[in-house]
Amino acid sequence: MKNMPMPRPLILLTLIATAVLPAAIATRELQAAELDSLVAALHAVGSEGDGNAAAATAWQELAQLDADQLPQLLAALDDARPLTANWIRAAVDAVAERHLQRGEPLPQEALESFVRDTGHAPRARRLAFEWLARIDQDAHDRLLPSMLDDPSVELRRDAVARLIDSATVLLDGGDRDAAVAAFRQAFTAARDIDQIKQLAARLKDLDQEVDLPAHFGFIQTWQLIGPFDNTDSAGYATTYPPEESLDTTAEYEGKHGTVAWSQHTTSEDYGLVDLNEAVGKESDVVAYAWATLVVPAGRPAEVRLTTVNANQVWVNGQPIGANEVYHAGSDLDQYVMPCTLKAGENQILVKVCQNAMTESWAQKWQFQLRVCDEVGTAIPSTTRNAAPTQ
Amino acid sequence: MQLHRLISASRFQRCRWQLSVAALLAGLGASLAMAADWRQFRGTDNRSVANEVVPVTWSAEQGIAWQCELEGEGVSSPIVVDGRIFVTASSGPRQDRLHVMAIDARSGSVVWHRQFWATGRTLHHPTSSVAANSPASDGERIFAFFSSNDLFCLDLDGNLLWLRGLADDYPKIGNDTGMASSPVVVDETVVVQVECQQESFVAGLEVANGVNRWRLPRPESANWASPTVLAGNEQQPPLVLIQGGDGLGAYEPKTGRKVWEFTESCASIPSATSDGETIYVPADGVTALRYEPGSSDATFLWQSNKLAVGSASPIVHDGKVFATKRAGVVACGDAASGDVLWQLRLEGTFWATPVMAGGHLYFVNQDGLAQVVDTRGEEGEIVSRYDFGEPVLGSPAVADGAIYFRGESTLWKVAGPAASAPGT
Repeated sequence: MKNMPMPRPLILLTLIATAVLPAAIATRELQAAELDSLVAALHAVGSEGDGNAAAATAWQELAQLDADQLPQLLAALDDARPLTANWIRAAVDAVAERHLQRGEPLPQEALESFVRDTGHAPRARRLAFEWLARIDQDAHDRLLPSMLDDPSVELRRDAVARLIDSATVLLDGGDRDAAVAAFRQAFTAARDIDQIKQLAARLKDLDQEVDLPAHFGFIQTWQLIGPFDNTDSAGYATTYPPEESLDTTAEYEGKHGTVAWSQHTTSEDYGLVDLNEAVGKESDVVAYAWATLVVPAGRPAEVRLTTVNANQVWVNGQPIGANEVYHAGSDLDQYVMPCTLKAGENQILVKVCQNAMTESWAQKWQFQLRVCDEVGTAIPSTTRNAAPTQ
Repeated sequence: MQLHRLISASRFQRCRWQLSVAALLAGLGASLAMAADWRQFRGTDNRSVANEVVPVTWSAEQGIAWQCELEGEGVSSPIVVDGRIFVTASSGPRQDRLHVMAIDARSGSVVWHRQFWATGRTLHHPTSSVAANSPASDGERIFAFFSSNDLFCLDLDGNLLWLRGLADDYPKIGNDTGMASSPVVVDETVVVQVECQQESFVAGLEVANGVNRWRLPRPESANWASPTVLAGNEQQPPLVLIQGGDGLGAYEPKTGRKVWEFTESCASIPSATSDGETIYVPADGVTALRYEPGSSDATFLWQSNKLAVGSASPIVHDGKVFATKRAGVVACGDAASGDVLWQLRLEGTFWATPVMAGGHLYFVNQDGLAQVVDTRGEEGEIVSRYDFGEPVLGSPAVADGAIYFRGESTLWKVAGPAASAPGT
């Protein structure tokens, strides 16, 4: 903004408004039951806008809360669905923003306690951290060093970034061993793809071995079968035999004759399985990929699939994702599919469909799949890279 | 030469997340002035034509009233309502943090800033953004829509009035190239066009609470075109035009009733425009249709594939229609016949629809080079250039004698002395 003198009418308006506005925007301190009731209106928002009107009324009340009640409001994020979370987030921001505009304090100690309590939802803690950092210049230095394994991906990211900076300083200062150790520690902690790639490159530059597929949890060894017919993209909805039973010795009628399972192992850093190479380049086809993941105990997990092709995924025979989308952009972790793994063997089946598009950018027939927890930490098979058993 | 680098930081107040009571009050001061709003993508009436004059030339030293560094990034267009510019952005490694910012037009200071978490898909092509859809306003509310199919309604002071996670309701929608159709608000209805490979639809939502008034299925293929308001008259309410590969349909905003349709395949990125009587559709070049308010049909007038359009939507003004190819060739045609009057080659690749003000077209290429073309003569003439030095993919906004350019992460106000002065 250019430096210009403020005209007298605006000065007058500023003075009047400065005096009037704080009184007009009074904060409220609610009883716990009253606050819960208002939050309940946000939780009650349903599909297609149902409940929006009641939520808006409740939101207006919540946005006038006193800052001391921010931790209570933040805690409401712990069990909030995505839509409710955005209602709550906007209220938290409105309360905090208004207090800072008026030069009033935020509850610094309470916010820090909230951030440190990993029992709260990761995004609630992150939100608390962002407001804490706005009023406390030292918050980053004080909190982030201990957050390399934080359940909040965003807090962990900042901690990793900080460690990368420290490692770079060590390297620039000539302490190569300490730098390697720091880069390695950051790599182990990193869950965001860009940071993982950055750190892998730094470590490789320092002649360090990096096992990217293991870090991500990419499945590298698959049993493949195909091609089956996908003319007019009808194969996507066709139930071919591998969807009904899995048997490595079975043979089926494919698009051009008998097809059988064959083992394929990829050594690509990001687990890429190129079906054009492994099965054969063709349009209007379907292939299946099958892997067995062995885990010592049952647990929740995420299957993260990347493919530009239409796809379906089953875990232990249960469908966990289906996307009839062809060649519309792609990036790692494109489709995140929550699932539950059982103790012992888990059968993962992927259906990958290619259509008949002729454009050069539509010729890819491939996929990448990894299994991890919700933070992105790999869940490796105890028999990693082993072929499926019958 | 990237002239923006010459801008002295000392001459501009950078407003990264700078909230203050003064900034808040600046908005109040501005609201006292008579506002000429620019309320949605391509202007309040979707015509990309401003009925006012803004500077034709400017430089780093003169004409840029302020520049504001924005949180996050985006390719959406700014809108201007009641002395405030509203901008959307997204941030984070997954681009799943969504931002809506209100900026005081007079000072360039951020008045308020709301953030949300995306609830739908956030992958997109590197040239695009999750903040690709431009916001819209009815003068009282802001409707901020994102590629993740999240729609937020806030009042002008940043109070959340309602929200919709359309991917929560219709889980298959999404396009990992990115979605970019901008909503329009007309007849107390927000119209959103969500077209991708699964579960495509167009819907009219009540402005007051976001509830569906109606929802209609659409072809299941990618489409980035935006709805267009077709003005009505005293007897007939306005209609909304929905365009795609299957043609162009005119719908009643409140009911979703289709009034008429044009069944020739239309473009999937640029959108139709109208001068009130004639509709210029990006279809096989430009196709002109005559529509009488109250009529149940539109009449074919002409079609010209010599008026080739790329990503930018056509513009009609003063008896001329302008079509821009992505490679930078501007064709000016006779709006009555479609005959080409002149052509002009601009520098660069163009995504953003230009705006018309004072007989000049304001273009910005994807690298941020603005080029102003005088369209008043028998030939088009480039009369000025200015390099913002940052990718610009959003269409500019014009209001209160100023033109606003939104770069990837910067908002610039270009204004003459009167519109730059405090209190204007």
